[in-house]
Amino acid sequence: MAVAHAHVAELNHESPTARAWRRLLRRKSAVFGLAVITLLVLIAVLAPLIAPFDPTQQSWTAIRKPPSLQHWFGTDESGRDLFSRVIFGARASLLAGVVSISIALGLGVPIGLLAGYGGRWMDAVIGRITDAMLAIPFLILAIALAAFLGPSLQNAMIAIGLTATPIFVRLTRGQVMAVKVEDYVEAARAVGNPARRIAIKHILPNILPALIVQATISIATAIIAEASLSFLGLGQQPPAPSWGSMLNTAQRFLTNAPWMAVWPGLAIFLAVLSFNILGDGLRDALDPKER
Amino acid sequence: MLVFLAKRLLQLIPTLFIVSVIIFGLQQLLPGDPALAMAGEERDPQVLEQIRRQYRLDQPFYIQYLYWVGGVLSGNLGESMRLKEPVLTLIAQKFPVTLQLALMAIVISLTIGITAGIMSAVKRDTPIDYAVNLVALWGISTPNFWLGIMLIFLFAVHLGWLPASGYVSPFQDFWLSMQTTILPAFVLGNSFAAVLMRHTRSAMLQAMSSDYVRTARAKGLAERVVVLKHAMRNALTPIVTLGALELGTLLSGAVLTEQVFSIPGFGKLIVDSVFNRDYAVVQGVTLITATTYILLNLLADIAYVLINPRLRS
Repeated sequence: MAVAHAHVAELNHESPTARAWRRLLRRKSAVFGLAVITLLVLIAVLAPLIAPFDPTQQSWTAIRKPPSLQHWFGTDESGRDLFSRVIFGARASLLAGVVSISIALGLGVPIGLLAGYGGRWMDAVIGRITDAMLAIPFLILAIALAAFLGPSLQNAMIAIGLTATPIFVRLTRGQVMAVKVEDYVEAARAVGNPARRIAIKHILPNILPALIVQATISIATAIIAEASLSFLGLGQQPPAPSWGSMLNTAQRFLTNAPWMAVWPGLAIFLAVLSFNILGDGLRDALDPKER
Repeated sequence: MLVFLAKRLLQLIPTLFIVSVIIFGLQQLLPGDPALAMAGEERDPQVLEQIRRQYRLDQPFYIQYLYWVGGVLSGNLGESMRLKEPVLTLIAQKFPVTLQLALMAIVISLTIGITAGIMSAVKRDTPIDYAVNLVALWGISTPNFWLGIMLIFLFAVHLGWLPASGYVSPFQDFWLSMQTTILPAFVLGNSFAAVLMRHTRSAMLQAMSSDYVRTARAKGLAERVVVLKHAMRNALTPIVTLGALELGTLLSGAVLTEQVFSIPGFGKLIVDSVFNRDYAVVQGVTLITATTYILLNLLADIAYVLINPRLRS
């Protein structure tokens, strides 16, 4: 009994972060997602140490070789080792996922705070612009932006980031609207805190869980978007490896070298799946209703 | 209802105005002189001057915009520089192809998504439920274009059952049209089916635990009737909204699918125009897609109000 009491007391003193971690680690699928993401990050960072070959090294004696002991994933149309290219491709995909969503967060959250806390006019103007941007389908806007900015990984990340921004504006605004009528915000206002301080010190920490969940799921969307842009030739430029552009090339050799299409696709699938299930797990772990 | 409709229609005006500004503004992002890009290899100053005059590039941004919007409002979206045809004609040619794909994709995803969603809710916490959840997660996480490539490999290259690419109109040869479009439609509908499975499952679970389902069971109705007549009818209301909204998303998903299967639709038109710097077409297609999406949104709202009696007053 005493032990149970001690346990309850311990749980009551648990910080919100520790509680979220504990609840996240209880979910097997979320732990799997987190483990795969950690592995992918390690692979991306340590790519030069792990990859058995230079990913851009062509070999005219090893063109379109099926998977073997020497080339685990086989080789491509220029005799490059696919295993090494998939490993280096993780860099472009993860970078695109994280950088573009950081851009979207960096722009979307302040604009959303402004909409939710800056008065009626500000809200109306920002609301209409957000509606308009959300009306243009995600990929079409990203393609148009990437095309106008010019094809490169950097521009693809900017295009995806700008396209994802309205999602965070809308989410932040909605959350602010819900939080700003809470007693602690009213109290902060009553003691004379300036609006900016209230927004940053009192409102932002409370809407953070929703932002973290959305950001995780959006990274999955951004990885698919980067792969799509690269597939269309608007992202990472050859010979640098990217999963999307590898699939583009693979399509031309489907009859003779189907393995070229299998691995980059599986890699995208695994990365996207991991972020999706981690996002689902985080949503449950950070939900205050589920204690 | 009329007031609601009028209010929603009025809200469309500023949204469409901003959409048009964004789409037109994209051209301004282009690094360097657009006339140079339009001229291609041509570097003759006189030709460049003529292009600037012809496309009013020598005028300030807002004047260019006003001319463009004036044209759009009178049904003139400009002319494709590459194909030398009015943008509206091109869109009219390509739109039915994408619409056919999108409608087939919706039928496929509704059939799979709703059936699997209901099964998963009825058989909650059984292997069927886990399998449906896994399939849904797989559907959400699989990139369209990869699935397309893999299906082409399996059904066209390996088994030889279906053509790998191309398109035939259903008015020309119905069966051949179905053969050319079934794979791309499945690819396009795949992720929507997954989204539908999840939504249907949670809506059905909610409906199954409600009082009216308990009453229906207490009356001694057969489980089939309870599930299909009582729970499903109520659970499907939000799905209508989702379906209308998703048609807009499908239009953009078609970009990659059409590229993989070489289908001459809306998506392929926008990609080809982007690579050929055919700005009038990019702007026109984006504008039409956004407008379609906004109108579908409105239709979804109206349908939701019409279906849900509690919102009707």
